[in-house]
Amino acid sequence: MSGRYFGTSVPRKEDRALLTGQGRFVDDLKVADALHMVMVRSPHAHARVGAIDLGAARALPGVRAVLAYADLPQSLRAQPIPLVHPNAAIKQGFLPYVLAKDEVHYVGEPVAAVVAESRHIAEDAAELVEVDYTALPAISDCRDAIRPGAPLAHSGAASNIAARVPFKFGDIEAAFRGAPVVVKESLFQHRGGAFSMECRAGLAQYDAMQDLYTVHLATQVPHQTKRFYMDLLELADNQIRVIAPDIGGGFGPKAPFYPEYALLPVFARSLARPVKWIEDRYENFVATFQERDQYWEVELALDADGKIRGLRGSFIHDGGAYLPRGLIVQWISSTTVPGPYVMPAFSMEMTSAITNRVPTTAVRGAGRPQAVFVMERLMDRAAQALGLDRAEIRRRNFVRPEQMPYPVGLVYRDGKPVTYDSGDYPACQAMALARIDYAGFRQRQEQARAQGRYIGIGIGSYVEGTGLGPYEAVTVRVATTGKIFLYSGAAPQGQSHHTTLAQVAADQLGIDPGQITVVTGDTAGTALGVGTFAARTAVNAGSSAHVAATEVRRKILRIAAAQMEVAEEDLELKDGYVVVRGAPGMRRSLREIAVIAAGIPGYSLPDGVSAGLEHTATFSPAQSTYSNGSHAAEVEVDIETGHVRILRYVAADDCGHVINPMVVHGQIVGGVAHGIGNALFEHMRYDAEGQPLTTHFGDYLLPHAADVPRVEVLHMESPTPLNPLGVKGAGEGGTLPAIATIIGAVEDALSPFGVKIAEAPLTPQRIVELLGDAALGRTQ
Amino acid sequence: MPDIRRISLEVNGVQYEREVETRLSLADFLRHTLGLTGTHVGCEHGVCGACTVLVDGLSARACLMFAVQADGRKLTTVEGLGSAEALNDLQQAFHDRHGLQCGFCTPGMLMTLEELLRDKPQPDEAEVRERLSGNLCRCTGYQAIVDAALDAAKRRAATQGAR
Amino acid sequence: MRDAGIGRHDVQAVYCGSAYGARDQSVHRAPRSHGARRRCNRMPALRRHGSAMKAAPFTYHDPRTLGEALERLHSLEGASLLAGGQSLVTLMNFRIAAPAHLIDLNRVDELAYIRDEGAVIRVGAMTRQRELEFSPLIAARLPVVQEALGHVGYRQTRNRGTLGGSLCHLDPSAELVGVCALLDAVLHLRSASGARDVPIAAWGQGLMTNALAPGEMLVAVTITPWQGPHGHGFVEFARRHGDFAIVAVGAMLRLRPDGAIAGAALCLSGVAPVPVRAAAAERLLIGQRPGHAAWRAAAAEAARIEAMQDQHVSQAYRQHLARILSYRALELAAARALPQMR
Repeated sequence: MSGRYFGTSVPRKEDRALLTGQGRFVDDLKVADALHMVMVRSPHAHARVGAIDLGAARALPGVRAVLAYADLPQSLRAQPIPLVHPNAAIKQGFLPYVLAKDEVHYVGEPVAAVVAESRHIAEDAAELVEVDYTALPAISDCRDAIRPGAPLAHSGAASNIAARVPFKFGDIEAAFRGAPVVVKESLFQHRGGAFSMECRAGLAQYDAMQDLYTVHLATQVPHQTKRFYMDLLELADNQIRVIAPDIGGGFGPKAPFYPEYALLPVFARSLARPVKWIEDRYENFVATFQERDQYWEVELALDADGKIRGLRGSFIHDGGAYLPRGLIVQWISSTTVPGPYVMPAFSMEMTSAITNRVPTTAVRGAGRPQAVFVMERLMDRAAQALGLDRAEIRRRNFVRPEQMPYPVGLVYRDGKPVTYDSGDYPACQAMALARIDYAGFRQRQEQARAQGRYIGIGIGSYVEGTGLGPYEAVTVRVATTGKIFLYSGAAPQGQSHHTTLAQVAADQLGIDPGQITVVTGDTAGTALGVGTFAARTAVNAGSSAHVAATEVRRKILRIAAAQMEVAEEDLELKDGYVVVRGAPGMRRSLREIAVIAAGIPGYSLPDGVSAGLEHTATFSPAQSTYSNGSHAAEVEVDIETGHVRILRYVAADDCGHVINPMVVHGQIVGGVAHGIGNALFEHMRYDAEGQPLTTHFGDYLLPHAADVPRVEVLHMESPTPLNPLGVKGAGEGGTLPAIATIIGAVEDALSPFGVKIAEAPLTPQRIVELLGDAALGRTQ
Repeated sequence: MPDIRRISLEVNGVQYEREVETRLSLADFLRHTLGLTGTHVGCEHGVCGACTVLVDGLSARACLMFAVQADGRKLTTVEGLGSAEALNDLQQAFHDRHGLQCGFCTPGMLMTLEELLRDKPQPDEAEVRERLSGNLCRCTGYQAIVDAALDAAKRRAATQGAR
Repeated sequence: MRDAGIGRHDVQAVYCGSAYGARDQSVHRAPRSHGARRRCNRMPALRRHGSAMKAAPFTYHDPRTLGEALERLHSLEGASLLAGGQSLVTLMNFRIAAPAHLIDLNRVDELAYIRDEGAVIRVGAMTRQRELEFSPLIAARLPVVQEALGHVGYRQTRNRGTLGGSLCHLDPSAELVGVCALLDAVLHLRSASGARDVPIAAWGQGLMTNALAPGEMLVAVTITPWQGPHGHGFVEFARRHGDFAIVAVGAMLRLRPDGAIAGAALCLSGVAPVPVRAAAAERLLIGQRPGHAAWRAAAAEAARIEAMQDQHVSQAYRQHLARILSYRALELAAARALPQMR
């Protein structure tokens, strides 16, 4: 795939507005007369909800409405929020009502909603709402949840197990029978939340004259959201429009449909005024979905030469109190474990537990970092057991490029068999290792030790399913003014779609990307759409942009050729005109062509011309396409304090062809920062009663500028045959191996002390605990 | 009865007089009373830095000040730096280096860096990272922001040198 | 069970510190802790109905003189003093603090100064951390204060945060409190009816509980710089730069002409609810030769301090850090003292 703009670091169209304070995030939208919604949330992890007294709240001057479950419209009382990803394996699929019906199941669950003239007054009123709770036993830790006799997270449930799913292929018994080497590990991997800088936000308006609800929402999935509104509020297709304006980061948790969203249009209609809800950071901690705990018990069987025979084990996933997105994250974790290695046999049992904590859904990486952590720690263990170099044991097991397409043997969350389509895993690892001078590290390490410094190196490789279907819609339209528009169902939250999609279209239309107006995330822009999540946009929307722009180009040429009585091959598109090659005086403007394609009332269209100079494409991938990468990191550990400093970080990445290298670079570095957070800093803690303990940025630590090293990014391109651009997703790859890489490096640094690490996040305190007396250092 | 005060202040060189409830934060005042929505609110507990503005030339977290406290003060917000047609050199550096993705943290980053470049015209990377530690970014991993800051420092030194 | 009130009235766990990296704390009456606590749960009470992140209503006062401020403090019921706001406004945004009256000290210019009074340096309570950071006087006479300030928060917070606010908020690991304790600072209080002085050792009554009586406020701090050749060292361990320390240690050492230690001060912050002078370790150092053996012995002694335990940091780790950082602070102080012996 090539072109003038494809593959070029075109500067971003998005920047000027954002740099000058002219961004249009939901709370920036200036709407006269807006009311403000505030939620009353459960302070209990598990409780029965009795009488709710709204009287004092309603009586406060400036309050316009207060609702609890009993006051909801019938359609919202009759049904909980529907499940997005049904799965036959779900035995108990708990789904929440918009406001708690008779029982609350996590701290932060919405119980009532207050709407007032100002946010301040609404909060004053929320304090006056009195709820009669009867506390029930809460189950907090997912390991406790699945034990027989554990308190039930939901009263009346059969158990705290939502699903138990086996993932198997090959003959696992044979793999382990007589295996020369078996390494076992128990691993704990916690990932926290997305904590995008903008919290969730929504603004609903109802226009009585048009009988139209317009909802501006910081959502990654406007079209999906529209469908939820139609179902939950019994609205017609032409009664609801959802628009995602500028969004201040998404990373996954802005994809689900949350209870608060359902309330906004209800209030906007009943109060005949716009209603705004801006989540505050405390709510973002307790009520926005997140990832959390996984506990793994695994063993890896190998031959004496380090070749993998099989992997088996089980893990428990903390699903939280509800399953609004089904089993996505847990499923992805299970199917990502084999990674880039040839795996003859595999058996993994996934147990998804229900707990009295906020639900878990995908956060950048979506269950894959955990799987990579498991596999890479096992590979390191195997290397230790066999006395092999860690890079060497991986080399011996990588799927080789000549084996592509390589069927792993599992079914991915897209419903298709996991089949790696392209990639050169050995070359990618080699590239990373060369850059960090892996070969010279042992000497560096010895020199450091002689100085009393403890440095270590870690490596990690991953394969990532990206470009998920079902499709993304792109309409490319040349308006009768001659101006070019590109509409897409994609809903960016920083991924630069407005620039990259314009680049793809610009190559076909012979125009500067700056001349293409891109409109994303508006259900009035394209009839169909899916949204931006799971590193899918370059593949789906990029391909659709290419197909649509190509088709529009063909139309232009066909019409122009007939008009100008020349052959199509003699024409080219240049800066808004169709010109005859070599005869610049002979040209037609796109405006003229567009007018022809629009037709003249009463006249038939010219032969061979179909209506409108536009085309809508919904590129639909046959399966996910698999990106890969290899990271390497050098760290230094202060054994007296447990502090970890990352000295160098190298990320080698292969996401196929790249639309905009600058954008991909930014995605990778940003992804690594998330991984560093997960490895060393981020922990969303709860106590034994399900009370969240980290509810602000003082206790929940995000990496700062001084905590993230300079990331050296290397590229290779293994184009995929699965889409016309040959691109793969790049939005999450930076995160996937970072945890394993850093933890592996810390363990390597501490190898003189025999410390073994199988957990993340890893704190300085924990390192000191693992070191025991060795941490006394000079004070010994 | 809400406690109301009349305040008078200058923002980006423009004088404003407004009546405000005393509990209104400076961030909310700028955004909703004055309509200057460039300053963003990310946490309201003084950690994320998205609300950073300059008060009499010194950076401050607008979520931790009440609007009444800005009476008589001169404020600079992101809207005072440049315009879409004429980005200032720091904004231009951000654009050239991909120093923003979602853009939510960006105004705070810019204000913090404007102060840094004024205090220390030629910072090194470590100094930039240390100064940025009071501003969170969840998209970029900071690298491009650091590069933009170092770039802008060079550009400013060049234009100063050229005088 | 009827759950009627907002968290600030039925606080389950005392909110005992802004671990936000937010630095200056205003002068306010913190809720009294529920008895002496070894356990410090540094979380705001979570049993709340809503998610308040806008302040509750208050009546605002902006006195221009100390006299006016004291008069308000004396006559108003339920008043809090606002200094830098980096902690109080946070608490107000969370509605953990909801004073009926807010007395803003930021326009009482007479409370902000740094004065050389010969033997002592007097600092007004409303002196911004920024002023201390850039003061040539402090650099010359109290460099350990500037070293401590280097760890305090971020530029934005130091621009607004004040010395007095930090001292009154009394977060267990606040560096400014620790350095004042290291230097035996004296706190000067005023009320509408009088004045009194409190040595820093008597200032902290318990977790985030200072010695202010109703109607009193802190107006100034005097610090006596060490005379003669001496060295200082202030080290801390925090998860990220600018965060509140987990543990911070300040050390001062004076050496005899023969090089042995003549005077020592060692102050640990973040270990106990208030900063603690490691008196036994200080005594142990007198007469010792500076070096590994002395630091090791002093560090081991310092680590015997009783330490807090909470959900994030264990008692054992705090004691461990006390040991490690005491060693490092003493080593640093000696390295600075030695060149002055020539």
